Amino acid sequence: MNSTATSAPALEAIPKVKLDLLPMLLLPALALLAIPLTGSFSTWVTLTFAGLAMGMIIFIIASGLTLVFGLMDVLNFGHGVFITVGAFLAVTMLGLMPAWTESEHLWRNLAALVPALLVAMVVAGLVGLVFERVIIRPVYGQPLKQILITMGGMIVGEELIKVIWGPQAVPLPLPAAFRGSLLMGDAAVEKYRIIAVVLGLAVFAVLYWVLSRTKIGLLIRAGVHDREMVESLGYRIRRLFVGVFVAGSALAGLGGVMWGLYQQSVTPQIGGQVNVLLFIVIIIGGMGSIGGCFVGALLVGLVANYAGFMAPKVALFSNILLMVLVLLWRPQGLFPVGKR
Amino acid sequence: MLHRLLSGDLPRSRVLAVLLILIVAGLFLVPFIFPGAKALDVAAKICIFIVLVASFDLLLGYTGIVSFAHTMFFGIGAYGVAIALTRLGPTWTAVAAGAGLALLVSLALSLVIGLFSLRVKAMFYAMITLAVATAFQTLASQLSDFTGGEDGLSIRVPELLTSAFPEVPRLFLGVALNGKIISYYLLAATTVVLFLVMLRIVNSPFGRVLQAIRENEFRAEALGYKTVIYRTASNVLSALFATLAGVLLALWLHYNGPDTSLSFEIMIDLLLMVVIGGMGTMYGSVVGATIFLLAQNYLQDLMKVASRGLSGVPVLRDLVHPDRWLLWLGVLFILSVYRFPAGIVGKLRMKAVVKP
Repeated sequence: MNSTATSAPALEAIPKVKLDLLPMLLLPALALLAIPLTGSFSTWVTLTFAGLAMGMIIFIIASGLTLVFGLMDVLNFGHGVFITVGAFLAVTMLGLMPAWTESEHLWRNLAALVPALLVAMVVAGLVGLVFERVIIRPVYGQPLKQILITMGGMIVGEELIKVIWGPQAVPLPLPAAFRGSLLMGDAAVEKYRIIAVVLGLAVFAVLYWVLSRTKIGLLIRAGVHDREMVESLGYRIRRLFVGVFVAGSALAGLGGVMWGLYQQSVTPQIGGQVNVLLFIVIIIGGMGSIGGCFVGALLVGLVANYAGFMAPKVALFSNILLMVLVLLWRPQGLFPVGKR
Repeated sequence: MLHRLLSGDLPRSRVLAVLLILIVAGLFLVPFIFPGAKALDVAAKICIFIVLVASFDLLLGYTGIVSFAHTMFFGIGAYGVAIALTRLGPTWTAVAAGAGLALLVSLALSLVIGLFSLRVKAMFYAMITLAVATAFQTLASQLSDFTGGEDGLSIRVPELLTSAFPEVPRLFLGVALNGKIISYYLLAATTVVLFLVMLRIVNSPFGRVLQAIRENEFRAEALGYKTVIYRTASNVLSALFATLAGVLLALWLHYNGPDTSLSFEIMIDLLLMVVIGGMGTMYGSVVGATIFLLAQNYLQDLMKVASRGLSGVPVLRDLVHPDRWLLWLGVLFILSVYRFPAGIVGKLRMKAVVKP
């Protein structure tokens, strides 16, 4: 995050934070490095898009987690619940409109998908509100209890989801117009992946705009950097935190829909399974940094796909390896935040 | 005598003392009061988990470190013995070799993880151990030549522990004293010894320092204790005891696979047992493991009855569905963390203090 420049002469002495380009260069460097390794250019294009799509979805899910941690030192082990809720709501919503999802017209598919996304976001946000109130609020500032209680929230949430939607895996087919792939030269790119990339970029753009151009964003960034200072200036950081928590849950719900469609099937464990991936992403990015979360998620997505193609056995550990390498380079993550 | 055996850490509550005596007596008399394979199996699981939960409590309850890699060490122990018995044949030497190697591996791993990451905040440690444990589980299921992959390893144990030994078992109070019974009693005896050793550890001056670190790390450091060393030592000790619990598991089940010893579900079960029983009280592990495993194995039967009774009520029916037993334990877990963080044991002890 950069501080915006001010033109007032008196303030010119304040040093401007330099844009840290190095971690961002990692992404193109990694992609370029992969061209000779994957063999053919068309395979590379396919893999890169797959990696970017996966990374974007993970970013959408993880963005809330990292901000919540940055603001209040709350690490939510139950974040997966919101993902699962979103994914199952998509199953329900899209299941209500079979005629529209099976229609070949793009606009009809969109008319089915957009409400599903919105409902998933709203409900996941509400679940987040309850979760914050019931599970997290009583144990602020007690890290040990927090880890335990959010884990407990995860267990209970998962079981309640099983009560509502049943314990078995449910198929979540893509709307008709999003199936299949586009040919770019001789490289095949799945349509859905393009949509995921576009949506991910849009979410990143909105988040970036909110965080860097609005008053609320300014407060959030300041709170991440130094909570007590913001509080002493008279802002109620708790209220801000609740807002961020709810927004983060809503984004996790949105990401859950995307992830479910990406996997094309939903299980009650879908959220718990990505938990480890999310933690790796926010550790790589630097806890609390939204830009770091973005770069970290894309790195994880790309590495997972390249490695999955070149050495499937290694791919299972690629995330951990990536995390170790990044932490050896920058022990605080790619973009260290604040006093941490 | 008893005072020495329990390292001066008596139950300090009459209800708790009675409960513990009931559990221990129950465990030792199971083959005679509850005939049948299932009861014996549940009792053996309770013994194994008492060791495992107590070792986790050493880390979580006494030192205040949350680790999600505890099942990894449990798995190392189980795999160590399973692999050694597969390679070297069913001999006691193989058991010793497997257990010894497993202990060495656990020692090295816990030392490395501890030294590298115990300097950081609790949250990071929790996340890093979660990642390491996941990687280890994947590794175990991938090295299928070695570990049997997802199928696991079925092993042949030394003859003394097999139910075919001896060919004509002696009858005692109507129970055939075969290898199964012998191995159960060996297991129970080992559990008692390991538990008492852990009780000794937490009540030693070393254990007091661990508790001091849990209460206020900064102050402990200021008093001159090198907290990193103590935390690492606690990490290593708890890993070693978990490894021994894994050895017991493999020897009892004659089998080990990723789902029986490494899976994340077991990690969650462990958390539930420690918290419900009582963090920071060794007796909590006995109570927690017993309650949890009884619930796991018998609560479902109870819920089946309730579910049938409520079959007319739509939502309630699903809530008491036998498969949802974990839901209720999860709720109990959350309530425990809020309302009585020292668990059942802590609650009982507090009551004993309030009205003497």
